[in-house]
Amino acid sequence: MIHHRQYIAWLGLALIAFAGGCSKPQSHSQGVYMLIDTSGTYAGELEKAQRIINYTLGKLNPGDSFAVARVDTGSFSEKDIIEKTTFDDRPSMANQQKRRFREKIDTFVKNVHSSRYTDISGGILQAIEFLNEKNPGKKTILIFSDLKEELKKGYKRDIPLQLGGFEVVALNVTKLRTDNINPREYLDRLEQWRQRVKSGGGEWRVINDLERMEGILGG
Amino acid sequence: MTFTEVLMIVPGFPAVSIILWLTILSVVLYLARIPAHRAMITASNILHHGLRMAANSVRMAEKNVANRNKEVLLSTGREAAERMIEREFERISNAVHADLAAYPALQREVSEEITRIEEDYKESSEVPPSPPGWAKAVEAVAKIPSSGDSMVANILGEINKSLNKAQGKALAEYRQNSKCRHKLLGGMLPHWRKLLQVTARMDKNISSLLERSKAIDRHMDEHEQIMQRTDRAAQMLASSSMTQFFIASFVLAIAIGGAVINFHLIARPMQEMVGGSSYIIGFKTAHVAAMVIIFVEMAMGLFLMESLRITRLFPVISALDDKKRVRMIWVTFAMLFALASIEASLAYMRDILSQDDAALLASLVNQQGQVAETISNRWITTAAQMGMGFMLPFALTFVAIPLESFVHSLRTVLGILTMNTLRITAFLLRLSGNLFRYTGTALVQVYDLLIFAPLWIEKSARLRSGRHTDDKHALHPTAPTAEASMIGGQS
Repeated sequence: MIHHRQYIAWLGLALIAFAGGCSKPQSHSQGVYMLIDTSGTYAGELEKAQRIINYTLGKLNPGDSFAVARVDTGSFSEKDIIEKTTFDDRPSMANQQKRRFREKIDTFVKNVHSSRYTDISGGILQAIEFLNEKNPGKKTILIFSDLKEELKKGYKRDIPLQLGGFEVVALNVTKLRTDNINPREYLDRLEQWRQRVKSGGGEWRVINDLERMEGILGG
Repeated sequence: MTFTEVLMIVPGFPAVSIILWLTILSVVLYLARIPAHRAMITASNILHHGLRMAANSVRMAEKNVANRNKEVLLSTGREAAERMIEREFERISNAVHADLAAYPALQREVSEEITRIEEDYKESSEVPPSPPGWAKAVEAVAKIPSSGDSMVANILGEINKSLNKAQGKALAEYRQNSKCRHKLLGGMLPHWRKLLQVTARMDKNISSLLERSKAIDRHMDEHEQIMQRTDRAAQMLASSSMTQFFIASFVLAIAIGGAVINFHLIARPMQEMVGGSSYIIGFKTAHVAAMVIIFVEMAMGLFLMESLRITRLFPVISALDDKKRVRMIWVTFAMLFALASIEASLAYMRDILSQDDAALLASLVNQQGQVAETISNRWITTAAQMGMGFMLPFALTFVAIPLESFVHSLRTVLGILTMNTLRITAFLLRLSGNLFRYTGTALVQVYDLLIFAPLWIEKSARLRSGRHTDDKHALHPTAPTAEASMIGGQS
C-alpha cells in the first residue's frame, strides 16, 4: 500500500514537472523598433523609409509590437517615438491598427523638419528600453540612416549597448560626399557600428538594396 | 632501438631473420596445435549451437504469431460472415414483412378475379337459338300439293312470309346476344391483365427471396469453412484482409487530404475567436482549436455511423436499445449539422479577412484600384468556400467506414509482417550458425596449412617408426587423434 502511494506521489510529481515544462512561457511574437534619421539632407530619403514601414506593417502579425521613432538631436526620449503599437490578437483589429499606424506615419512624413544633430546611440538606447519592456520573442532594431552620428556638445553617448538577443539592421546607408572622396570613412563607419553592436551581444546586418528586404522579418 | 631492430635475430640479414621467425612460429603453433584446434572448434560450436537455439526460439515465436494470426483472421472472418448472414436474414425478413405480409390479400384478390372471370365466361357461353315449335307443322303444310289452287298458293305464300319474318327476328335476336357476349368477353381482358400483373409481382418477390437464400447459402459455406478452420479459409481471409488494408489506406489518405483542406479553411478565422498570438505547446492556439473542431466532427461522424449500425467499432453503441440508438443518431446528426454550420460561417469569415488583408496590402503599396477590380467576382469563391465548409464535415463522417476496415485489417497485416520478419530472422540466424560452424572447420585447416612443415616432419617420422610398431598397431589399432575426434564429433 505504501509502495503504491509512493508510486502515485512520484507520478504526480512527474506530471507536475511535465506540466511545468509545457507551460513555460515562450514568446513567439516579434518586436520591431525603427529609427528614422531626419537630420540634414537625409530627411529627403523619408519616402524610402515610408516604404520600409509599409513593408514591415504588411509582414507583422497579431500580437507583434512595432514602433517608429525619429533620430534627432537627442533621441533618448519617448517624445521622439512617432507611433508605437502592439497589434491586437484578432487579425481584423490588427489590420485596423495597421491602417491607423500608416496614417500617423504619412502625417509625420508630410510635416517633418530636419534636425541639426544625429543622436543614433540615444535612439538605440530608447529602442532597447522599449523592446525589453515589451519582451517579444524576436527583437529587431531597424536603423534608417547614413550612420553618421553627430552629437550636440554635452551629450554623453559612450555607454555600452546591451544588445543580447537583438538584431540590428542598418538600412539604406547612403554614402556622404566625404565618403566619395575617401571611401575608407564609409567603411570605417560601418565597421565601427558593427563592432559596437557585436560587442553588445547583438547581430549586425546592412541592407542597402531595399528590394532585398525579405529576410529581415520572419514570416 | 626500433621494433624492426628487435625483430632482427641476425642483424644485417633480414631474410634469415624472417626464416628463423617463421620457423619459431611454426614450432610454437605446432606445439599449441591441439589446444588451438580445440579452442577454434569449441568457439565455432558455441556460436553455431547458440545461433541454432536462437533460430529455433524465433521459429517457435513465428509459429505462435502464425497461430495467433490465424486465430485473429478466423475470428474476424467468422464475425464478418455472421454479420453478412445476419444482414441477409434481416433483408429476407424485411422482404417477407413488406411483400409476403400482403400475400393473403393478394390471394383473395386473385380468387376474386378468377371468380369474376368464371362468371363472365359462363355468361358469355353461346346459347343456341331454340328451334321454332311450328317448323314440323310448316313442313307438313308445305308438303300439301298446290295443284294450281290459288287458295293453297296464298296460304303457302303467307306461311313463307311468316317464316321469313320469324327467321329474320331470330337472326336479329341471335346477333344481339352475340354482341352482348363479345362485350362480356371484352370486359374480361383487364381482369386477365390484372391477374397477370399480380402473378408477375409474386414471381418477382419469390425470385428475390430465392436469390437472397442463395447468398445465405454462399455465406453459410464460408462460415462452415471458417468453423472447420481450414487453411484455405485462412488464406482467403488473409488475402482479403490485405486488399482491405490497401483500399482502406488509400481512402484514409484521401480523407486526410480533405481534413487538411478543412483545416486551412477554418484555421485563419479561428484567430478571430481564440487570438492569433497565443500558443499551446509550441502550436498556435487557433490551429489547435481548428484541429480540435475537425477531430470532434470526425468523432461525431464515427458515432453517427456507429449508431446507424454501419460500423461496429464501439460495441457499447451497437448494444444500445433501438430507442436510445435513434436518439443518439439525432443528437450526433444535430451536432454535426451545428459544426458544419459553424464551419460555413468560419469559411465566410475567412473570405472577409482575406479581402481585408488584400485591401490593407493594396493600401500599403498604393494599389487600391487593382484590388477593387479583383473583388468584383469574389462571391464565387465565397460561395465555394462556404459550401466546402458545410459539406466537408459530412463527407468526413464517412471516414468511419474505411477506418473500421483499416483497424481490422491492420491487425492481420501487422501479424503477417511480424511473421515474415521472424521467419527471415530465423533464416538469418540459422545461416549465421552454419557459417560459424564451417568457419571453425576452415580455420582448423588454415591453421594446419600454416604449420605444414612440422606436420610433414611428424608424418615422415611416423612412417619411419611405423615399420617398428606395425605389430603393435596390428594388436592395438591407432587411437584417433584429438582433432580428428573433435572434427568428427562436430558433424
